[in-house]
Amino acid sequence: MPHDHSDHDHPHALLPSDPALRVKALETILTQKGLVDPAALDAIIDTYENKVGPRNGAHVIARAWSDPAFHAALKDDATATVADMGYYGRQGEHLVVVENTAEVHNMVVCTLCSCYPWPLLGIPPGWYKSDAYRARAVREPRAVLADFGVTLPEGTAVRVWDSTAEVRYLVVPMRPDGTEGWSEEALMDLVTRDSMIGTGLAMVPA
Amino acid sequence: MSRVHDMGGRFGDGPVDGRPDLHVFHEDWHARALALTLAAGSLGKWNIDVSRHARECLSPQDYTAFGYYEKWLGGLAALLVDQGVLSREELAGTTPVQISDLAAKKLTADQVAGVLARGGPADRPSDIAALYDVGAAVRTRRIAENVAVNGGHTRLPTYAAGAQGRILRYHGTHVLPDSSAHRLGDAPEPLYAVVFPASALWQHPENPRDEVVLDLWQSYLVPA
Repeated sequence: MPHDHSDHDHPHALLPSDPALRVKALETILTQKGLVDPAALDAIIDTYENKVGPRNGAHVIARAWSDPAFHAALKDDATATVADMGYYGRQGEHLVVVENTAEVHNMVVCTLCSCYPWPLLGIPPGWYKSDAYRARAVREPRAVLADFGVTLPEGTAVRVWDSTAEVRYLVVPMRPDGTEGWSEEALMDLVTRDSMIGTGLAMVPA
Repeated sequence: MSRVHDMGGRFGDGPVDGRPDLHVFHEDWHARALALTLAAGSLGKWNIDVSRHARECLSPQDYTAFGYYEKWLGGLAALLVDQGVLSREELAGTTPVQISDLAAKKLTADQVAGVLARGGPADRPSDIAALYDVGAAVRTRRIAENVAVNGGHTRLPTYAAGAQGRILRYHGTHVLPDSSAHRLGDAPEPLYAVVFPASALWQHPENPRDEVVLDLWQSYLVPA
């Protein structure tokens, strides 16, 4: 078990202090021990840089806006419904969608670490992992929304979801007015990453 | 008392920098640190709860000073040494590195897509019956600490301790992190989404209509 260490006693202190050199040293040691394949690291990075990201989530939202049967299935069992679209995996094993309405605005945080629905949104942005967001989102969500330039209508309540278990939450933003009859592909472009975390709204057509 | 990672509701942090952020990784070493952590995890020597606890056990000074991926590296170094995967001498470079007995478990490039796609579900069958219906009034334990292990891992944040809310949703039975993080078994039990009025958590809520929802295990709750 890990123990409380003062900083000079912790195993990380045996590695170079510069973090870029620290990770390089650790990769070298683990590779020499036969425990890590650098090509596997490349493949992991390629997955999250190029294959898995917020376009997946936008695809789900655009379909929910367009297809009432899909929307109902998503609300009933989001994990199985998005798995049918090929979106499942690490950090997305138990998915729940929460829907924004004129009455309630949903917003997601992980105050204890950085839980986030990777298969749908990819790797969380820096701000989601920041102390300021983790500390403030639960106590003053409206002030945090203001940091993102978002002001909610007077009558809208805020419901903040603190991801304390392995359940991952995806916000379904409100569909912008003036998009009646739009294709799924066109709608996808209005669905920003932040709108699916709840720190933003879907874009309004120009 | 809590650990430094338990920061929900804390005062004094500045604005959130929500400016558009187009890079998945800001530095190459961030990407490398994430990939190294995932690859090392697939050796099977620890679970997600053990690895979260390793990061939480960084000293408050380190936790606060470190960037996100530095915390990951710190947690990873501790796990590798604690599990005997690496010696402190190997980490320090003061002894020649030997091939590990675990080398056969190395994650290879062709396995990556399958491993990431499979994930690791946390739901498990359990003999523990769900005690609460949706809508039931519940209260969280007054002390947000691990009951079995002093200073151990828990997922009840301090800000939500001793607060009254109601059951919003039942998630089924899930691995209990308080047990799993200390290798005391999965100990699955009912997990609920519990909704709290902001006024039950904060002296000065921003808006009395606002709410906070947390996922909480049955053993964190008592009837209210």
